[in-house]
Amino acid sequence: MNPYPIGPIQILSILFSFFLLVLIVFLIRKKKIREEYAILWIAIFFVFLILSLFRGIIDKISLLLGIQYQPASLFLILIACTFLLMFHFSLVISDLKKKINAMASALAILEEGLSQKKDLPS
Amino acid sequence: MKILALIPAYNEEKTILHVIEETQRYLPDADICIINDGSQDNTRAILSRQKGIIALHHPYNMGIGGAIRTGFRYFIKNGYDYLVRVDGDGQHPPSLAKMLLEPLQQKNADLVIGSRFIKREGYQSSLGRRGGIKLLNILTTFLLKEKITDNTSGFRAYSREAVNLLAEDYPFDYPEPIEVYLLHRKGLKIKELSVKMRQRKGGTTSIGLLHSYYYLIKVLLTILVNFIYGGKK
Repeated sequence: MNPYPIGPIQILSILFSFFLLVLIVFLIRKKKIREEYAILWIAIFFVFLILSLFRGIIDKISLLLGIQYQPASLFLILIACTFLLMFHFSLVISDLKKKINAMASALAILEEGLSQKKDLPS
Repeated sequence: MKILALIPAYNEEKTILHVIEETQRYLPDADICIINDGSQDNTRAILSRQKGIIALHHPYNMGIGGAIRTGFRYFIKNGYDYLVRVDGDGQHPPSLAKMLLEPLQQKNADLVIGSRFIKREGYQSSLGRRGGIKLLNILTTFLLKEKITDNTSGFRAYSREAVNLLAEDYPFDYPEPIEVYLLHRKGLKIKELSVKMRQRKGGTTSIGLLHSYYYLIKVLLTILVNFIYGGKK
């Protein structure tokens, strides 16, 4: 006998995972999101999908980690994924800030060079 | 011998002309480069009317570290030998800039800091800030095993070697304590000379008290990370 009868919440989470996956693929096609930023999202959707399809995994993880209350392990996995994404964003933002500032610096120097040239008698 | 006087300015319409004029008087041989760090007041207009200066305008406010770094890039690009920094708010007396440059020209140092706390003369900063400054000085002295009395003073002169090293990777805000740290790690010589600073003449400080403690935490983080990372190498 299947110890995990399919409940409405399982169907809902499977559908939702699929929806997010389709959304990401759509956004990549429309060039609204760059592939390198989409990869992490797609990986996380696969994690969601697998967890929704095979509910036994959560029980196994709970047993392994010694977690009494199974949904807690689900939250743990979700929070870990969220942290990973946020950390990734911090990295990207820091890198962007560095590049923008370098560009503004270069722009200021260029602009000055141009104005010097304009002042020269022709 | 090419000298660049670097004047970072953020909303300094009241003081900037006076600082420029004084710097021109005391450093007649130096080129004067003002970094207008995205000022919202009339600083830009005032600078564009001024002849005989180099004015670099940031499109937005980047913070003091960003301003200094733009100056460093300009310095390297145009092959200068020495750089002296004089802040646009009038706290740093340009009359003493020559004195800061001397140890560099005699090859006795790569970074010369004008310190407020050797003789404790002139403007000593507010009480709230002095606590933070003191903490940084104690930490730096402990980590570097070299006595630094005024690690947060921005009144400084740099050799070309120092600028080349710092321009690579320069912190964006509150860069002074980290500068000392980076140069010391590369074995460059740091010297302090006593200076008498003035209270700012106009404008408002770029860092409020609460903010200055936020910066302090950031600086401490950078110094500690550098120390741990540097220690492993």
